[in-house]
Amino acid sequence: MLELYEVKKSFTEPDGGDLPILDIEEFHLDAGEQMALVGRSGCGKSTLLYVVAGISRPDSGKVMVGEWDITLFTEPECDRFRAEQIGYVFQTFNLLPGFSALENVLLGMCFAGGRIDRARARDLLERVGLGHRMTHKPTQLSVGEQQRVAVARALANRPKLLLADEPTANIDSGHQQQVVDMLRERCREENVALIVVTHTPEVARQFDRIDNLEEINRAVVVK
Amino acid sequence: MSLWKIAWRSIQQRALASALTALGVGLGVALVVAVLVIHGVIDRSFKRGSQGYDLIVGPKGSSLQLVLNTVFHLSESIGTIPYSYYEELNEGRFSSAVETAVPVCVGHDYKGSMVVATIPDMFDKLTYLNDRRYEFAEGRNFDLAEPFEAVAGSVAARKTGLKVGDTFVPKDAQQDVADPDDHAHQSIKIVGILAHTGTPNDRAIFMNVEGFYRFGCHTAGPTLAAKLMKPKTEPAEEKSQAKDERAEAEHKPGEEADKHGEDAPDRHGDEARDHAAHGHVHGVPYDQRQVSAVLVCTDMSKPQLAMQLGDLVNADSVAQAVAPSKVISQLFEGIVGNVQLMLLILACLVVIVAGVGILVSIYNSMSDRRHEIAVMRALGASRVMVGTIILLESILLSLGGGALGILLGHGLVGVLGPTIAEQTGVLVSPWSFQYNELILIPGLVVLASIVGYLPAAVAYRTDVAKSLTTAQ
Ligand SMILES: Nc1ncnc2c1ncn2[C@@H]1O[C@H](COP(=O)(O)OP(=O)(O)O)[C@@H](O)[C@H]1O
Ligand SMILES: [Mg+2]
Repeated sequence: MLELYEVKKSFTEPDGGDLPILDIEEFHLDAGEQMALVGRSGCGKSTLLYVVAGISRPDSGKVMVGEWDITLFTEPECDRFRAEQIGYVFQTFNLLPGFSALENVLLGMCFAGGRIDRARARDLLERVGLGHRMTHKPTQLSVGEQQRVAVARALANRPKLLLADEPTANIDSGHQQQVVDMLRERCREENVALIVVTHTPEVARQFDRIDNLEEINRAVVVK
Repeated sequence: MSLWKIAWRSIQQRALASALTALGVGLGVALVVAVLVIHGVIDRSFKRGSQGYDLIVGPKGSSLQLVLNTVFHLSESIGTIPYSYYEELNEGRFSSAVETAVPVCVGHDYKGSMVVATIPDMFDKLTYLNDRRYEFAEGRNFDLAEPFEAVAGSVAARKTGLKVGDTFVPKDAQQDVADPDDHAHQSIKIVGILAHTGTPNDRAIFMNVEGFYRFGCHTAGPTLAAKLMKPKTEPAEEKSQAKDERAEAEHKPGEEADKHGEDAPDRHGDEARDHAAHGHVHGVPYDQRQVSAVLVCTDMSKPQLAMQLGDLVNADSVAQAVAPSKVISQLFEGIVGNVQLMLLILACLVVIVAGVGILVSIYNSMSDRRHEIAVMRALGASRVMVGTIILLESILLSLGGGALGILLGHGLVGVLGPTIAEQTGVLVSPWSFQYNELILIPGLVVLASIVGYLPAAVAYRTDVAKSLTTAQ
C-alpha cells in the first residue's frame, strides 16, 4: 500500500551546506497494517511523515501510495490526494480553536471536496466516546479528548493511511491508552493502515511491527 | 462547512478585534450614506418642483437672488415690480397662459422670521411637494377682506412663540431694532398655523398683502419705497423721505395714510378710481403699489402659451421670469454638488482608512494563525483555499461593517433630519434609500479584496512542514 524507494531529503543549512535528513532505501507498509515508528528525537520521523503525506517533497526517490507515485503530483493534486487518502494526527493543537468538535470533524470533509457527511462525523465522534461533547469547543475539552476528536477527524474521509505523530506525547499516562486504543480499533474497523510515531515504549510495545527510523534512515547513520 | 463559514468562525474567534475593525468601516460607510441620502433627498425635493409653481416673475437682476429670496426666504430682495404687472399676469395680457398668480411682498420680519405679504391663494390654490395641499394645524387661512390677518409656518410659529389669536408688529427688515413707537406698523393678528410642510415656507409668516400696503411702504423697505415714490410725491415729502427712511415710515402710519389717500383724489385720480372699485382704503396709492415677485402657475392645458410666457415677460424691460427649479438645480450642481463631491471623497477616504484597519487586523493575526493554517493544509486544504478563507474574512468584515454603516448612516440622517428640515425646510426621511448606495456593495468587496490580498498571500505562502514542526 505504501512503498518508498530511495527517498532522499535534505535541508540547506544557514551556511549554505547540505544537511541530509532522510535517506531511505526501501520502506513498505501493507494495507490495513499498523506499525509504531520510533527513533530518537531529530532522526527525521516527522519529516518522513510529511514526505508520505505529500506535505514535503523529497529531493529524489519514489513515494508510492496505492498505485500512485505522489512525487509526480502537482501541488494541488497532492493537496487533494492528502484530503482524500491520508488522515493526520499531530502531537498537540490538532483542532482549530474556533470550531466545535463536530465542526472540526466536518472541516476535514470540507477540504476533500466531497459531500459533507454529518451522520458519519457524529458516528465517528460517538465511536471515540465523545458523543456528548460534539458542540464543545477545543478549549472545553481535555487534551486526551482533543486527541480523540483529532482521531475522528483523521478518519472522516475514509483514508487509506493514517499518520499519527506522537499522538500521546502530551497526555498523562492514564489517558494515553484510551487514545491508542481508539486509534487502533478505528483503523482496524475501517481497514486503514496506521503509522504511529512514539517515544513511549509502552505504546510502541503494543504493535506487532516496530520500526526504528535510525536503522532505516542512512542519513542518520552518516551523521 | 463552507469556506464562508470557516472565515466567519475566524472572525468570531477574534470577536473584539473583528467588531472594532468592522465598526471602523461602518463609521466610514455611515458618512458616505449620510452624504448620499441627504444629497439625494435635497436633490429630489428640489427637482420635483417642490415650489408648487413653475415661474417667478420679479424685477430684473440676479435670478439666483430672486429665487433664494422668494423660495427660500433667504438673502435680500432685489427690488420690486409694479403691482400692475401682477394684474397683467392675473387678468391682463398674460393671463391666458396663467392658471394662478400670487403676489408676494417681502421686507419685514418678526423675531427673525420673514414676514411675507401675499394673498390667501398662496395656500388655497398653490400646492407644495408634488401637489400636496397646504393644511392648517390650527386656525384657518387669512381672509383677503381682513387686511391685518396673518398665518405662521410651523417652524416660524415655534420660533416666535406666536399662537392663534396672538398679535405682533412686524418690523422693517432694514431697521436693526423694532421701534417701540412704531406707528407705521399696525399690529397683525395670527389666525392660523400651517401644518408642517418640510418646505422653506415653514420658516415664514404670511400676512395679507392689503395690510402690508397700509404700512406705507411697497416692498423691500423704505429705501426702495422712497426711491419708487419720488417722482410722484410732493417736493417737501420727497426731501424728508430721502433724508430719513425711518422718518418716512413714521410719517405714514395707517390712519394717516388713509387720510392721505382721501385728501389727494385729484393728485391720484387713478388711485381714487381703484379705491372705489375695490372698496378699500390704502396706505400706498394704488398705482404706486409694488410687489417683490409674483408666483405663477402656468396653465398646463396650454403648454405652448405657458412656454412663451417666460419669453414674453423677459422681453419686457420691467420684469424677468425665472423657473425656480432650473435655477435651483444650477445652484445645486454648481456649488452644493461640489461640496457634496468633496464630502463624498472625504467619506470614501475614511472607508479606505478603515479598510487598511482590516488589513492591519488580519495581518497581525496571521502569526498566531500560522499553525491553524498549517493544520488546514495538512487536512488537505490547498494554498488557494486558505488564501480564499482569509480574503473571505476580509470581505465579511467589510460587508458587515458596511451593513452596520448603512444602518448607522440612516440613523444619523434620522437624528439630523429634524435639524435639516428646520434649517433648510427640506424634509429628510431616514429611510429614503438611494440607489447609489448599492455601489457600496461592490465597492466594499473590491476594497476588502485589495486589503485582504496581503494577509491572504501570507496564508498562501505558509510553509506547512515548518509551521507544524515549530508549534510542536
Ligand atoms: N525546515 C527545516 N530546515 C532545516 N532543518 C530542519 C527543518 N525541519 C527539520 N529540520 C531538521 O531535520 C531533522 C529532523 O527533524 P524531524 O523530522 O522533526 O525529527 P523528529 O520528528 O524525528 O524529531 C532535525 O534535526 C531538524 O532540526
Ligand atoms: Mg517530530
